[in-house]
Amino acid sequence: MWSKRVLMTSPRHLLGIEGLNPVSVTALLDLAESYVLLNRSGKTQRDLLRGRTLINLFFEDSTRTRTSFELAGKRLGADVINMSVSTSSVTKGETLLDTAATLNAMNCDLLVVRHNRSGAPALLAQKVEASVINAGDGTHEHPTQALLDALTIRRRKGRISGLTVAICGDIAHSRVARSNILLLTMMGNFVRVVGPPTLIPSGIEAAGVTVHHDMAEGLAGADIVMALRLQKERMSGGMIPSSREFFNFYGLDRAKLGFAKPDALVMHPGPMNRGVEIDSDIADDALRSVIKEQVEMGVAVRMAVLDSLARGTNL
Amino acid sequence: MILFRKIRYLDSAVQALHEGELLVQDGMIADFGPSLGVPDGAEIIEAEGAILCPGLVDMRASLGEPGFEYRETIASAAQAAAAGGITTIAVLPDSAPAIDDPALVRLITARGAESGSVTLLPYGAATRGCQGQELAEYGLLKAAGAIAFTDGSRAIGSSRLMRRALSYASGFNMRIVQHPEDVELAAGGAATEGSRATWMGLPGIPAAAEAICVARDIRLAELTGGAVHFAHVTTAEALALIRHAKERGLSVTCDTAPPYFDLNETAIGDFRTYAKLSPPLRAEADRQAVLEALADGTIDAVASDHQPRDADDKRLPFADASPGGAGLATLLGVTLAQVQSGHLTMPQALALLTAKPAAWLGIETGVLRRGAPADLCLFHPDRSWRVTSGQLPGKSQNTPFDGRALEGLVLGTWKAGKRVFG
Repeated sequence: MWSKRVLMTSPRHLLGIEGLNPVSVTALLDLAESYVLLNRSGKTQRDLLRGRTLINLFFEDSTRTRTSFELAGKRLGADVINMSVSTSSVTKGETLLDTAATLNAMNCDLLVVRHNRSGAPALLAQKVEASVINAGDGTHEHPTQALLDALTIRRRKGRISGLTVAICGDIAHSRVARSNILLLTMMGNFVRVVGPPTLIPSGIEAAGVTVHHDMAEGLAGADIVMALRLQKERMSGGMIPSSREFFNFYGLDRAKLGFAKPDALVMHPGPMNRGVEIDSDIADDALRSVIKEQVEMGVAVRMAVLDSLARGTNL
Repeated sequence: MILFRKIRYLDSAVQALHEGELLVQDGMIADFGPSLGVPDGAEIIEAEGAILCPGLVDMRASLGEPGFEYRETIASAAQAAAAGGITTIAVLPDSAPAIDDPALVRLITARGAESGSVTLLPYGAATRGCQGQELAEYGLLKAAGAIAFTDGSRAIGSSRLMRRALSYASGFNMRIVQHPEDVELAAGGAATEGSRATWMGLPGIPAAAEAICVARDIRLAELTGGAVHFAHVTTAEALALIRHAKERGLSVTCDTAPPYFDLNETAIGDFRTYAKLSPPLRAEADRQAVLEALADGTIDAVASDHQPRDADDKRLPFADASPGGAGLATLLGVTLAQVQSGHLTMPQALALLTAKPAAWLGIETGVLRRGAPADLCLFHPDRSWRVTSGQLPGKSQNTPFDGRALEGLVLGTWKAGKRVFG
């Protein structure tokens, strides 16, 4: 009966954290928690999505997110199909709507979409009969990443409120940052964004975050430190002068992590640029880094999302 | 012969509405006054509560032809214009081919005459092909009938080129019309920079991109003695600069378009590509500033800024969608909404759509004057209609006002005394 409550503002799709509320987030995390236990026990629940079709529609390369959704779908018994569409080979927009028509004809139930343009999943959602799950769109949102980060935090810290979270690096081009900021502030955490001014987007304060350009200040007393991937094309001369300058001032190493609380957790959405936004020494530190756990939580969270959307469409 | 009775007409000389009658004879406005008597054989049109004003003069529109007939043709635009009460359109030159040749200027003019319902006044290209590289032939284009020079939706980015354009055009007493946007700052942008664009993950264009271009071009107008007109001005900062330049007596004018005083950036929520315009919709404070500038006379005219697009141009991820909104059918209604809200008086609003752009263009229509061509628009200010994409007159349906209820229903449009709508 919880599934009626989950995602109540957008019952058919999961397009972003925007549109969720604390009740629906908590319900999703609780459900995901049960899937963590199920996955660890080695059991599966293959009857839940039996006969349902899940299509992973990826217009942008991704190994981990696609695999994670694929695994989640298969563990719930869905028929999973992967479609990779190269954006360069076909005219972008027509592909999107032509694809929507094709998918409708295939009677797809769950459509996982990644696209390099903000709002593309929302556009598809208007045209397809399936439930659309945004697996990352441009610089807009990546809701399942924020949910898996929240689950990781909640399991380690025992709560997902009242924490100080520092998100570091390229905020401007990060959909992970946006979804995390929306979720974490909604749940009552203190969120800071830390990075050079050229990588902090205009008007971000409106979401209730504080902006810092100095890691010592931004990480001071933090419970959670999230490093973001710095895209290669931003590294040379455009937004920042060089990756070595970036690492010097914003790369997460042991010295900078020292500003955070002694038990602060280190997170990264992956894939990492070691030596750019995060030092290997930190990334591989089993005591501080929960980066591998994030991947595990990813499968559980996606199972919870697929489960609740699939049930929702039954109603 | 047509006699309009029981109407209010706009007396342009005193900027007031009078109850009375207006007589059209041989395609001309023969007379108007409180009571004219009924001449033999006159068709009588009575419309209690309705207002008769000059046919609207739209000083900025793209018509799709030549080159983009899938979006709009001159015939379909003429139909939309007539339904919107518009009888004169100044046509942007950034078509394909661009209007950078005297023959093309004459072609546009002739196509308007063929329509029988709308006068088309072509802008000439400011640069060859509107490519922003070499000056177009201003003298020859003017002789063929070009009304001013512009690169349409493209800003003249180079300071050196803009200086030369202003300088050279001044020799022919012609204006340069600028799409005021710093090209480099705006490159790749899809929405006004700020928290909304940030949360939607859209590349932003700072409002300052407009002010920077306006400040530069005012300075270049001063340097050259040239005349500059800023099209679709949208920001408080740019309007303040223009206000100041006018106070200093420089040859600076500007217009805006209905979306910029009726909508703000929230209209792009849920990635509504029909609300993707160029310049982009702005913050609420800027919308308020545009309203103020309309009321205080800083803005010289309201233009439709009609940019026809078809569904395929718009059914794309927001950043890829083509900017621009259909504006002909809604020009009057959206402007009149500011009369209902108390920001403008009825004569003020109508002047921004008729007499003021007509004066700017130097044409004899746009005012009710005895002996002038009877280009007329009869509308009822209290009757409402709903803007519905898919049901607009003309071909292009990309209205940013979809679903909006408007008061101000056009009952009829006359071109040189001939009824072309209603």
